[in-house]
Amino acid sequence: MIKIEKLHKSYPIGNDSLHVLKGLDLHIKEGEFVSIMGSSGSGKSTLLNIVGLLDGHDSGNYYLNGQLIENLDEKKAATLRNKFLGFVFQSFNLISYKNALENVALPLYYKGINRKERQKIALQYLDKVGLKNWANHLPSELSGGQKQRVAIARALVTQPKVVLADEPTGALDSSTSHSVMELLKEINREGMTVFVITHEEDIAAETDRIVRLKDGVIISDEKVIKKATV
Amino acid sequence: MFDLDRWQEIFQTLGKNKLRTALSGFTIAFAILLFTLLFGIGNGLKHTFEKSFNDDANNAIFIRSGRTTKPYRGLQSGRKIQFKNDDYKFIIDEFDGKVQFISARIYKGVQAIYKGEQNNYTVRAVHPDHQFLEKTIIDKGRFINVFDLKNKSKVIVIGRLVKEDLFGNKIALGKNINLSGISYKVIGVFSDEGGDNEERLIYMPITTAQSIYGNNDYLDQVNLTYNPAMNLEQAISFGNLIQKKLKDKHDIAPRDQGAIRVSNMAEANKNVGMFMLFLNAIILFIGLGTLVAGIIGISNIMVYIVKERTKELGIRKALGATPKSIIGMIMLESIFVTTVAGYGGLIIGVFTLKAIGSSLEQYFIVNPSVETYVVIGATIVLIISGTIAGYIPAKRAARIKPIVALNDE
Ligand SMILES: Nc1ncnc2c1ncn2[C@@H]1O[C@H](COP(=O)(O)OP(=O)(O)OP(=O)(O)O)[C@@H](O)[C@H]1O
Ligand SMILES: [Mg+2]
Repeated sequence: MIKIEKLHKSYPIGNDSLHVLKGLDLHIKEGEFVSIMGSSGSGKSTLLNIVGLLDGHDSGNYYLNGQLIENLDEKKAATLRNKFLGFVFQSFNLISYKNALENVALPLYYKGINRKERQKIALQYLDKVGLKNWANHLPSELSGGQKQRVAIARALVTQPKVVLADEPTGALDSSTSHSVMELLKEINREGMTVFVITHEEDIAAETDRIVRLKDGVIISDEKVIKKATV
Repeated sequence: MFDLDRWQEIFQTLGKNKLRTALSGFTIAFAILLFTLLFGIGNGLKHTFEKSFNDDANNAIFIRSGRTTKPYRGLQSGRKIQFKNDDYKFIIDEFDGKVQFISARIYKGVQAIYKGEQNNYTVRAVHPDHQFLEKTIIDKGRFINVFDLKNKSKVIVIGRLVKEDLFGNKIALGKNINLSGISYKVIGVFSDEGGDNEERLIYMPITTAQSIYGNNDYLDQVNLTYNPAMNLEQAISFGNLIQKKLKDKHDIAPRDQGAIRVSNMAEANKNVGMFMLFLNAIILFIGLGTLVAGIIGISNIMVYIVKERTKELGIRKALGATPKSIIGMIMLESIFVTTVAGYGGLIIGVFTLKAIGSSLEQYFIVNPSVETYVVIGATIVLIISGTIAGYIPAKRAARIKPIVALNDE
């Protein structure tokens, strides 16, 4: 699903440039539930943004769903994002003047689905994250956990191939964090590829595979050994 | 453009961000309101000038005589020049083809009596052409004609106010009025846009006046209109030529300014034309100025709005909005707000002009108004300006990388 070879990325800082990703190789297959860990500034968000086509890379190859990503203009990137990718951000990034239902329905608008259909599908997904009764509430009337659920519903509504989450629990307390993780797990069980950035070991432990980054290189990439829960 | 979904999205954005919408709407509405008011008042000034030149035919030349101020050909200065019938004929013979209408005038003060009503008026004895020179409007009956002239008939055409004074609501036509002891038959009633004084006059055949009041062939004044085919320059030199020939005929020094006085509407028209041009330029300048200020205002607001919305636009992009859809959204919003607000400003302006219109007459502003083509023109300018105002920031917004937009706080 996601295949990265010798990926490099630098940010220009004045006349200098900051080398953030230094030749990453990573292969995530369809249906995997992967987390990325690493200290602050190690390049996690940079990697996720490149994978999410929100930012470009300097060298190396990136294949999304078997398609080599190169010379991508904004329009193609937008279409691919809409079709293959769903995003969940640490700061939710809901549109403040739209209610929960409208926020969830927005990606469908850009997909060209008509209003009635949009409302129907969006409501289904709000139901899925347990917020059907909050459809008409504005983000400012929702708790952090509820906002993140709305964001997850929004990420899922177009039925993408991959859900990318940059510290989805970073702004939540531990019990809310776990319920959000439960939701992501459930999505993953339904076959969706999920790619999460996190700082917290116990969050990472709930995924199937942990990739550790340090100073722009992968220092470990291990399957999580699940404790047998009887 | 007529995608209902897109409009719903826009209405929602505008509706949920009322302050923002009101701010940009107000700017443009205010600009257009100002534009309309200034334009209307400018037009009002123009109307005043047009009206004040509406009294007489606008190609008229008036010729009066006075006293000489210089000795010439052995004649003393201070000599009174008296026009006579042969001066009238001289002009007709000399300038055949250049003259459109011509009439002499004699003035005479009279006391008019009709059935116990009496009042003092001025009689203006004229030739038949005078009707066209003075733009006399015949309300009832007819004006003086050549037969009256030939027969020295005792007939008169009275002004609307003379008729009101002497006859009230009763019919005047065909009645006889006593003017300083002599009875005249009323053959017509006239009105004139030149004001009350013009409508308090009595017209009489010039031959009648000459035989009754002095038994001579004296004339007080000769009025004519030049051939309208002439342009202003030609007409001005024509007026000068008449003056020159008459001076020669009456042995007046060429430099003598007082003896023959020619007032030529062509000269006034030239000045009025220049003033109108000047006025139009000012109106245009002010109008365009306010519009440009409005456009700059709305552009600034649009830039600010787009900046404020950077994060939202980033979110939309992450969710699959193409640059084109972002540009389209911002531009449609901008066009919609400018058009609606601008049109609102225009309507308010037009109604304000209507409401205050008559109270401005004391400031020489008559019927301030804007023409339909201005209304349509301004609306088109608005839509174009809305497009421009929206396009630049929209383009900018579409170019921002989604990741940069998302990180905007
Ligand atoms: N747009 C940018 N321009 C310049 N430098 C950047 C930019 N984005 C990130 N960086 C730098 O690149 C490095 C990696 O940033 P990145 O956001 O990927 O770190 P991260 O691992 O996600 O950290 P955190 O855990 O704090 O989110 C940092 O040193 C950061 O300062
Ligand atoms: Mg980060």
